[in-house]
Amino acid sequence: MDRLPPKERMKISRSSMPEQDAKDRARNFLEVNLGLPVLAAQHEAQRCLDCADPKCVGACPVGMQINDVVTLVLDGDFIGAAKKIREDNVLPAVTGRVCPQENQCEGACVLGKKMDAVAIGYIERFVADYERETGNVGLPDLKPSTGKKVAIIGSGPAGLSCAGDMAINGHDVTVFEALHEIGGVLVYGIPEFRLPKDIVKNEVENMKNMGIKFETNVVVGKTITIDELMTEEGFDCVFIATGAGLPKFLKIPGEHLGGVYSANEFLTRVNLMKAYDPEKYDQPIYDCRGKNVAVVGGGNTAMDSVRSALRLGAKNAYIIYRRGEDEMPARKEEVHHAKDEGVQFMTLVNPVSFLGDEKGNLKVAHLQRMELGEPDASGRRRPVPKEGSDFEMPLDVAIIAVGTGANPLVQSTTPDLDTTDRGYILADEETLATSKPGVFAGGDIVSGSATVIRAMGAGRKAAKAMHEYLTAQAPV
Amino acid sequence: MYLIKEARFLAPDIKLFRIEAPRIARKRKAGQFVIVRVHDEGERIPLTIADSNTDDGTVTIIVQNAGKTTRLLNMMEEGDSVLDIVGPLGDPSHIENFGTCVVIGGGVGTAIAYPTAVEMKTQGNHVIGIVGSRNKELFILEDEMRATTDAFYPMTDDGSYGEKGFVTNKLAEICEKQKVDFVLAIGPIPMMRAVANVTRDLGIKTVVSLNPIMVDGTGMCGGCRVQIGDETKFACVDGPEFDAHLVDFDTLIARNSLYKEKEQKDLAEFQANPLVVLEQVRHQCRLDQVEEAIKARN
Ligand SMILES: Cc1cc2nc3c(=O)[nH]c(=O)nc-3n(C[C@H](O)[C@H](O)[C@H](O)COP(=O)(O)OP(=O)(O)OC[C@H]3O[C@@H](n4cnc5c(N)ncnc54)[C@H](O)[C@@H]3O)c2cc1C
Ligand SMILES: Cc1cc2nc3c(=O)[nH]c(=O)nc-3n(C[C@H](O)[C@H](O)[C@H](O)COP(=O)(O)OP(=O)(O)OC[C@H]3O[C@@H](n4cnc5c(N)ncnc54)[C@H](O)[C@@H]3O)c2cc1C
Ligand code: SF4
Ligand code: SF4
Ligand code: FES
Repeated sequence: MDRLPPKERMKISRSSMPEQDAKDRARNFLEVNLGLPVLAAQHEAQRCLDCADPKCVGACPVGMQINDVVTLVLDGDFIGAAKKIREDNVLPAVTGRVCPQENQCEGACVLGKKMDAVAIGYIERFVADYERETGNVGLPDLKPSTGKKVAIIGSGPAGLSCAGDMAINGHDVTVFEALHEIGGVLVYGIPEFRLPKDIVKNEVENMKNMGIKFETNVVVGKTITIDELMTEEGFDCVFIATGAGLPKFLKIPGEHLGGVYSANEFLTRVNLMKAYDPEKYDQPIYDCRGKNVAVVGGGNTAMDSVRSALRLGAKNAYIIYRRGEDEMPARKEEVHHAKDEGVQFMTLVNPVSFLGDEKGNLKVAHLQRMELGEPDASGRRRPVPKEGSDFEMPLDVAIIAVGTGANPLVQSTTPDLDTTDRGYILADEETLATSKPGVFAGGDIVSGSATVIRAMGAGRKAAKAMHEYLTAQAPV
Repeated sequence: MYLIKEARFLAPDIKLFRIEAPRIARKRKAGQFVIVRVHDEGERIPLTIADSNTDDGTVTIIVQNAGKTTRLLNMMEEGDSVLDIVGPLGDPSHIENFGTCVVIGGGVGTAIAYPTAVEMKTQGNHVIGIVGSRNKELFILEDEMRATTDAFYPMTDDGSYGEKGFVTNKLAEICEKQKVDFVLAIGPIPMMRAVANVTRDLGIKTVVSLNPIMVDGTGMCGGCRVQIGDETKFACVDGPEFDAHLVDFDTLIARNSLYKEKEQKDLAEFQANPLVVLEQVRHQCRLDQVEEAIKARN
């Protein structure tokens, strides 16, 4: 497709994503967004001005060459576009779906100043889906084997992207994962209706075809330690990408009641263990049908939990958030989707306690209204309780989605690994090297909870330094 | 997939398995457990490692019929495989020379207590064993327990074997006669609570192994949280053993019955056609093996 002159291009309005009707989708776990058809994707690509200094690229945490990809899409060379994407991003079908584009690539697009930014995420998703659906994967070429063994701990986006780059560089890569599935948050956290699990499976298959080995059911720190991997099993280099998986609770009375969940547990039951299909799968979940369900929190995890609860049949599904809607950290699209589906937002509200019945199951939440005071350390205005604003509401299920911390299993069994006072691993900003020689770390276990693409960016950064570290060693 | 190298019943509803899992066999210590997923549609269930063998890389688990998953597992035989097994999880038992220890096992809890009893003996403790079960048929690990204890008291609810009565009767009797320094009690929750009540006033340090519902077993979900004094602990990483006098047993019982309805429904459906389910699981397992073999050849 020829490029239109800039003036013409600017007349085109941004494509909208076809989606499942809100009423239908609020009761099923099928994907909400349906993806752009070919023509719409090329139409959207036409809008890009092919900037000489593309701001979008700088704002993508892995520096994906967006303008080149757009050009290939316009040329109709979708597999070429996929290959171009994969030079920087090993999971395009994932990031095209879950990146908070408005804060990253699209947030920096020059068009955004005057009109809607180019829908980079939609184009990226289109290319990745085209590649998968036609079975024509643009796998990158591998360098000759170096004979060096690399262990990756954790199979989330940070671990996978590091594994990909290390395999391309010719190293012998093994990924160790504690759970029985590969993908980290992509499989246990983010629900099917936002990121179908087959997509993650497919990407993992691609990586297996690149020679990467995966060992599930290995809890590093328990099944084996980092030191044992490096001495007994001969790994030359290790990348720790264990994520920020420790759930936080509110520490208020009644949190032990039946029906009170951490978002991690609720989402793991729903996604990893497929509790949404109780006829087929054994792992149970509290029966949400006809119940009042509230999720405490305002991030992506909260939106995923509340929309899952709705799909499990909740009568009322609420978000309870202690600040205002503008302060919510969730992706804008998720907030809109949640609202369309009928989620009720209670902002500037905070739970004080949970009350149960004689069987020990949640029945009532005791809440308090808040107002915004002075900005806190994060720059957001601090919520403070309003005197005398307490109220109660009937509630059967409460899901706590107020953030996560660092799981200590690896750190506590690796004595020479320095950590922050909150238990995150300390790593050099440039190389992601830790205090322990040959051991690197990145993703949420270093940065605290962030985003998929930031974790992938960390995986790449570490891979670069790890490759240098290994090639500086004497050849085998 | 993890191969079952040996499977045999110890009592009508209790089966012992030796499963090939060399990494776990190498690391495990007394008091630790594994999480098993039998098949692709199954749930993750925690089971204590009763023993391990580093020569052939196997771990031993002893499983009592409870609901669907344990019954399905107990139908599996030597040569079958389970899909997933992960571990060793949890903190090992705290072992030291306390002096005189009473180790109490109730039902399948005996299998959980047994490896710790062995370690206690090795550390030089004077170990007294009390094992309780409903009747003679359900009595397990008697020879093993006799061999590791300095004194052994079998108890049954109906008197069909050993003495008639509860383990707590025997414990109280022992405590009256001699100084006891440490008690380990593992079994049904009401039994553990009763033991805690006997030793609380006597001021005897008592440890129980808690069995809350678990999912991941790595501290990630918080579903296994238990109340210990005024603290909330995750049993899979902070336990499973805790100070019996601080445990909030009521909350544990309530939380363990959260999924009764679904469990009963699954069990009923399973029991209508157990062999069909078993065959499906075995069939899938064979398919996976073939697929693995083809991949390995390519
Ligand atoms: C519900 C939810 C929704 C989200 N939605 C979005 C979104 O829409 N967009 C976005 O950009 N970001 C989103 N995020 C954030 C994003 O998913 C994370 O920032 C990202 O996954 C972090 O990647 P990671 O590789 O560092 O860790 P993780 O994805 O957490 O993966 C870590 C892996 O390591 C494994 N592991 C942990 N300990 C061990 C051990 N000791 N041994 C072996 N393996 C271990 C874990 O089981 C896990 O598989 C969301 C997060 C959640 C929880
Ligand atoms: C640390 C630990 C060690 C254990 N060791 C042993 C052992 O060595 N041998 C043995 O026979 N049993 C052991 N158990 C108990 C065993 O896990 C349960 O009997 C089993 O999960 C029941 O599953 P089911 O599908 O057969 O029964 P279900 O019908 O699903 O449940 C029956 C009851 O088992 C409990 N239960 C159900 N699912 C789980 C779960 N995912 N995690 C924990 N409990 C659950 C609940 O109280 C439930 O009411 C242990 C439990 C824990 C927590
Ligand atoms: S990876 Fe994410 S930030 Fe980068 S271009 Fe794609 S959607 Fe944008
Ligand atoms: S900033 Fe916008 S217009 Fe410019 S190259 Fe990037 S996507 Fe195209
Ligand atoms: S089982 Fe999930 S935290 Fe213990």
